[in-house]
Amino acid sequence: MKIALMGQPNSGKSTIFNSVAGYKAVTSNFPGKTVTYNLTKFNLFGQALELVDLPGTYSLTSFDLAELEARKYLLRNSVDVVIDVIDASLLSRSLELTLQLLELKVPMVICLNMIDEAVRKGIKIDIEKLSKILGLPVVPVIAVKGKGIKELFSTAYKMEEKKKIGKTLNFSKDVEEVISQLSAQIKEKQISKEFDVPERFLAIKYLENDRYFMEDFKNRDKKIFKEINYFQNLLKEVHGRPPDVVISSERHHLSMNIDESVVSLTKPQASLIDYLDNALMHPILGYIFLALIFYLFFNLVFNVGKIVEEPLLHYFYSIIPLIGKSISTETLLFSVLSGIIQGLAGGIAIVLPYLFPFLFGLAILEDLGYLPRIAFLMDAFLHKIGLHGKAIIPFILGYGCTVPAIMATRILESERDRFITSVLATMIPCAARMTIIFALVAFYISPKAAFAIYILNLIVIIISGKILSRLLPEVTPGMILEIPAYHIPSLKVALAKTWLRMKEFILVAWPLLIAGSTILSLLQYYKGDMLINNLFSPLTSLLGLPLVVGTTLIFGVLRKELSMLMLIQALGTVNVVSVMSTTQIMTFTIFIIFYIPCVATIAVLWREIGSKRTLFTIAFTFILAIILATITRFVY
Amino acid sequence: MTITLDSIGENQKAKVVSISGGWGLRQRLGCLGIHPGDIIIVKRSAIMRGPILISVHGNQVALGRGVARKVTVEVG
Repeated sequence: MKIALMGQPNSGKSTIFNSVAGYKAVTSNFPGKTVTYNLTKFNLFGQALELVDLPGTYSLTSFDLAELEARKYLLRNSVDVVIDVIDASLLSRSLELTLQLLELKVPMVICLNMIDEAVRKGIKIDIEKLSKILGLPVVPVIAVKGKGIKELFSTAYKMEEKKKIGKTLNFSKDVEEVISQLSAQIKEKQISKEFDVPERFLAIKYLENDRYFMEDFKNRDKKIFKEINYFQNLLKEVHGRPPDVVISSERHHLSMNIDESVVSLTKPQASLIDYLDNALMHPILGYIFLALIFYLFFNLVFNVGKIVEEPLLHYFYSIIPLIGKSISTETLLFSVLSGIIQGLAGGIAIVLPYLFPFLFGLAILEDLGYLPRIAFLMDAFLHKIGLHGKAIIPFILGYGCTVPAIMATRILESERDRFITSVLATMIPCAARMTIIFALVAFYISPKAAFAIYILNLIVIIISGKILSRLLPEVTPGMILEIPAYHIPSLKVALAKTWLRMKEFILVAWPLLIAGSTILSLLQYYKGDMLINNLFSPLTSLLGLPLVVGTTLIFGVLRKELSMLMLIQALGTVNVVSVMSTTQIMTFTIFIIFYIPCVATIAVLWREIGSKRTLFTIAFTFILAIILATITRFVY
Repeated sequence: MTITLDSIGENQKAKVVSISGGWGLRQRLGCLGIHPGDIIIVKRSAIMRGPILISVHGNQVALGRGVARKVTVEVG
């Protein structure tokens, strides 16, 4: 049995999904973070159930890729029961999607989520009455607290047996007349069978001019196309508005009527955080707070990381001489062992101390709902590089990891915006590159120098953005973004999310780190590294870097932080300043930050923007890195 | 008096008259509860011709200046 979670963005689908799947899907307080669907299997009443978490969609008329994904899944895969997740504090708007889902005539359960938030907003819903109107069971849920989840799934389970579908709610008489006439035509021509949707659903979509269904249609029967046109014009003439507006207004009014008949309003409780929002969204204060929040954030990450890094590194590097006492340092075994230890040290002592506080802080900001507010504040600035406020969300995620950042570009409507944002996002120093900046530059030079790198990085991104948008001039639709209410972040969820993201690092990166440093040890033992270093010598000498750096650059393509750890190993000392000048450290860092994205990023780019544009990105960033690093060599 | 949504000051109330954009824009705004006849309150207006923050049906939505210009509203 297959159950699908459907609902508008930010209604809490992923939270419900996680409460049965364990923490598998990343949740956060901004619309559109689930960009592909997540699937889990679980047991209920001794039966294996499959649960799908679909991307949030405002309606079944789709615009961006994430929404299209949700609809495609629903139309193509045989879903037994749909759980329509509704944010109870936004009932009227959520019902507009419910009405469309009803037209699909699939067994459905309404999940009235966040009822506690609704009560706080002064909204009380008559659940029985709502259930009667829709002809569907309605289950009140508080997903973050796990309340009502069991009832929700047992209701869904029972729905499958009953095969109960909800009522069809009617629009105004004249609109219904048009719909039923068009439905009859569709039935006669048997078109809806091909799409496997009810005639009424298809008739409405045709009247709405839905691109997906219309495009498929143009190259078929001209006759029915004329019929559709006739009915569309009929609606237009009678109502004096485009047919799609007529339908969406009908749906809007129907939803508002239902809302009015089931909701009783009381005085909302104002919370402290709402007052705070006045300051955070203020045209001037807002920016001061934004700067302050990020300043504190990075300071915290650096200070926490530093406290942990020093003793841990010291500990690991005191082991190697100990081994040297029992095994001769000239042997292969010693090389391999010290390689493994250095790999472990890199993973545990250098990367983890910075990665954990960073990801945790990001999780808190995300769950709080601050990211869409940054999008609001930054919209005007992003216009200067030809983008819109929403593009800031992939950028911020990019400071964590480039892969989810590029996935998140799907929330942008235009292909051009997705491309430009993807290219720019690869240049943002991800957490791996952050560890390089912190562990090399901030640690050996000064925190100020590290800060300067971030500023330089921003400037380069702005200039690159200007160049790219100049190359691809196109006026894209402006920003339309829901600003969700603040949620007090749950420590448990934030930790679970941090762990989910860390796990990827531990499972994927540590084996690579250890394998990488062992390979480097072996290369050094057999003098193979000299060959590679000589091959890279034109580049290293251009940048004024030590010859041994050459090999480490290859590792950086695998994972960015590898190149730093390999650097430490190649230099044969943890005290980098004793063998490299501050200029060389700076040059090396700048080069690593900008050059070729890591393999995981290349893979996701390839899928999202295609091979040609990925190759362009690789070439663009590589050339940029050489230019910037060369300048750094002579200027810094 | 009808004007476009982008020229309304903070904390002013307005009623949507029409949306002049294409199909996509109309649908998108409709999804967020913005249709002809709906009441909107402008809560914030960002600097440098940035977006405006509106409240509609108890929900907050940020609209880029260009988008707001396509929404005709009635005030007073």
